[in-house]
Amino acid sequence: MSCEYKLYEPSWCPGCGNYMIRTALKMALEELKIEPHEVVLVSGIGQAAKMPHYIKVNGFNGLHGRAIPPAIGIKLANKDLKVIVESGDGDSYGEGGNHFIHAIRRNIDIAHFVHDNQIYGLTKGQASPTTAIGQRTTLQFDGVKVEPIKPLALALTMGAGFVARGFSGDIPHLVYLMKEAIKYKGYALVDILQPCVVWNKVNTFSWYKNRVYHLPDDYDYTNKEEAMKKALEFDDRIPIGILYKEEKETYEDKFDFIKNGPPLVDRGLNPMDAERLMEEFK
Amino acid sequence: MDFSILIGGAAGQGLDTSAQILEFILKRCGYNVFTYRDYMSRVRGGHNFTQIRFSDEEINSFTEKVDIVLALNEETILLHKDRVKEGGVVICDEDICHDDRVLSFPFREIIKKIKNQKVYNTIGLGVILKYFNIPMDIAEGVIKKLFKQRAFEDNLLALKEGYNLIDGKYELKLKEDRKIIINGNKALALGAIAAGCKFYCGYPMTPSTSILSYLSSISNEMGIMVDQVEDEIAALNMALGASYAGVRSMTGSSGGGFALMVEALSFAGIVEIPAVVVDAQRSGPATGLSTRTEQGDLRFVIHAGHGEFPRMVMALRNPEDAFYQTARAFNIADKYQIPVIILTDLYLADYTKTIEPFDFSKIKVERHISDGRNINGEYKRYEITDSGISPRLIPGKIPGQVVLADSHEHDEYGHITEDPDIRTKMSIKRMKKLELLKDEIQEPWLIGEEKPKILIVCWGSTYGAVKEAVERLMKEGYSIGALVFGDIWPFPTKRLMELAKTADKIVDIEQNLTGQLDSLIKEETPYSSDYKILKFNGRPFSGEEIYMRLKNEVLKLKV
Repeated sequence: MSCEYKLYEPSWCPGCGNYMIRTALKMALEELKIEPHEVVLVSGIGQAAKMPHYIKVNGFNGLHGRAIPPAIGIKLANKDLKVIVESGDGDSYGEGGNHFIHAIRRNIDIAHFVHDNQIYGLTKGQASPTTAIGQRTTLQFDGVKVEPIKPLALALTMGAGFVARGFSGDIPHLVYLMKEAIKYKGYALVDILQPCVVWNKVNTFSWYKNRVYHLPDDYDYTNKEEAMKKALEFDDRIPIGILYKEEKETYEDKFDFIKNGPPLVDRGLNPMDAERLMEEFK
Repeated sequence: MDFSILIGGAAGQGLDTSAQILEFILKRCGYNVFTYRDYMSRVRGGHNFTQIRFSDEEINSFTEKVDIVLALNEETILLHKDRVKEGGVVICDEDICHDDRVLSFPFREIIKKIKNQKVYNTIGLGVILKYFNIPMDIAEGVIKKLFKQRAFEDNLLALKEGYNLIDGKYELKLKEDRKIIINGNKALALGAIAAGCKFYCGYPMTPSTSILSYLSSISNEMGIMVDQVEDEIAALNMALGASYAGVRSMTGSSGGGFALMVEALSFAGIVEIPAVVVDAQRSGPATGLSTRTEQGDLRFVIHAGHGEFPRMVMALRNPEDAFYQTARAFNIADKYQIPVIILTDLYLADYTKTIEPFDFSKIKVERHISDGRNINGEYKRYEITDSGISPRLIPGKIPGQVVLADSHEHDEYGHITEDPDIRTKMSIKRMKKLELLKDEIQEPWLIGEEKPKILIVCWGSTYGAVKEAVERLMKEGYSIGALVFGDIWPFPTKRLMELAKTADKIVDIEQNLTGQLDSLIKEETPYSSDYKILKFNGRPFSGEEIYMRLKNEVLKLKV
């Protein structure tokens, strides 16, 4: 079998950061030698969420904001599948904010790649949960009046074991982050900065390019306080890399019957197995 | 013989435990038992009561009148004294009341000896056991089943103390006990497990919570993943994810939680992933009466979801139905790749009843999953077929093949499309399954006469009370019968059309304000009801109540 991932013609705008993210995803999966049928790409709705249509892989393109719950269901049903959630900032932090928080609490083994362009693309230019305060948009005419979400800081306070930030304009680095996130046993968040060439005139390619820098080689990603500082650093300079990493027991491994045995999907279904449960009612 | 015992008190006084002890003892004496629970939405205080009815004949409802009241507080006496039959008794602690209306005993003094406040009610149970001359060894067996060590010893002691307080009044003949005693929710959960459900998730909400907690209690043993989710939006989306990955999955809530699942229900429709969704109805709208029953969600669940897609709705009529129909729901969901909604309600969720043990060998698991052998070339998740049903592959099982599920309109491969022709074809393909379902659905049960002059129509949990009333009236010589709908969408019309032709009067009986079944009948047949008996105060119909209302309002006899 082949580990090559076929691509389909996308409907993204020319110059969109999604192209680079897709390239990085393809490279990461191919380098990890995972076959397309072993991966499920789960998404919600938005431009980023169209990803399962543009790369040949098992895909679950669900509802807006609801990428995480089915991803959890898929992983619990078949722990052998590599489950990747790929969606935008509105999907992951806005409409799906509650699921984001609770996915971190569970620490289920999924990788979550958030295409964070700090704007709503598909619905044409409204503020997203990560749009900067004061930024004018097609809806917030006189500027955004609410604080942006700080996703990495939020993930850290919730106890996430893998917190990273990438940039669509730095593909080799993004491939590295994606591979590390996929390999990580537990919930892994990679917030990927990307320009929206049509709707975000503030956070442009060069805006990001001029600000992002790699975390230094001696950066200690086990230091949570340091990670928190880096998570909040988002102005003239924006660090990219693995901000925090910690080994933690995954949700599915906390259930002995899941941990010790084949995936639930491969277990037999014999009604007679349940007959003994009637003893309680006799 | 037919007796009813009411145990009343405040929330937190251990009514449930006491009722459970008593109903198991009566069952093991070989009697049919029916226990109805009436409780408030609070953890402590208020007034709750449980009615345990037992008989040597089949029983399907609670009674309005009772033989014995075990009052754990004074309020119980005030509220229920008028319901005590001639010759019946009220039993209580002498601290609560000690006049000649009641049989009072020094429970508190006895508790001082036992030194365990928790077994206070059990002394009263001992009195009741002696009243019926129930042998202590049967009681001991039940106490042993329900309690461990110290609790076992103290409860047994309390029973014996109570037993010595009076002389027996009634000689209960012992019979063989072969039954189980179970409520609707646990029967439903067992049906799901028998059908091979491997994934259940939900958010606690009365009266669906006991499905979640029961399944959780056997999760490790049975290898079923049970997850308490952050909200009901997550619940159905998660269940759909698990189902996509190939396991049978289910979620459940009450109407309010179901409302949050509606977007995902519509998603299930277009994505064609099987799902079983339980709506255990309670009184709405919104929070309504959170611990009270109602059949208010019928039209809601039939229409819930934006856009047009096929679904099946089945209403559960009794605990047997809860087991067998839930298992069947999984086969239908898998066969047609649709959401199947199971409607139950608080009354059926909670009442316990003795029934024949479930026959697990009758449960057939039919998955309708393709092994991929007949798939040539690239797999099309939404292949257009004559039946409208596309072959279903499980992701990860066949190297080289991927499964793409999509919430947009999509082409046969699952890719987004806005092509008008594909859209038309896909819409028709999906809706074809509703036509197939029409051959799948079961006609309503008929109880009473085969060609009745008075034809009752009802659905779901009112079955028991209606059955009792119909049988009483038949014995009195009336030409009466009832159609009790279980499968309710798509709406089965054959049996109704047949019987409506010869009936003089159609009477609709429902636990809601607007007569939702009747409106469905109007829509789907040329008929409608001539009279409606509706109840929506949150309390269930008893057989007696329906009997009286039929006599007074339909037969126009003053009784």
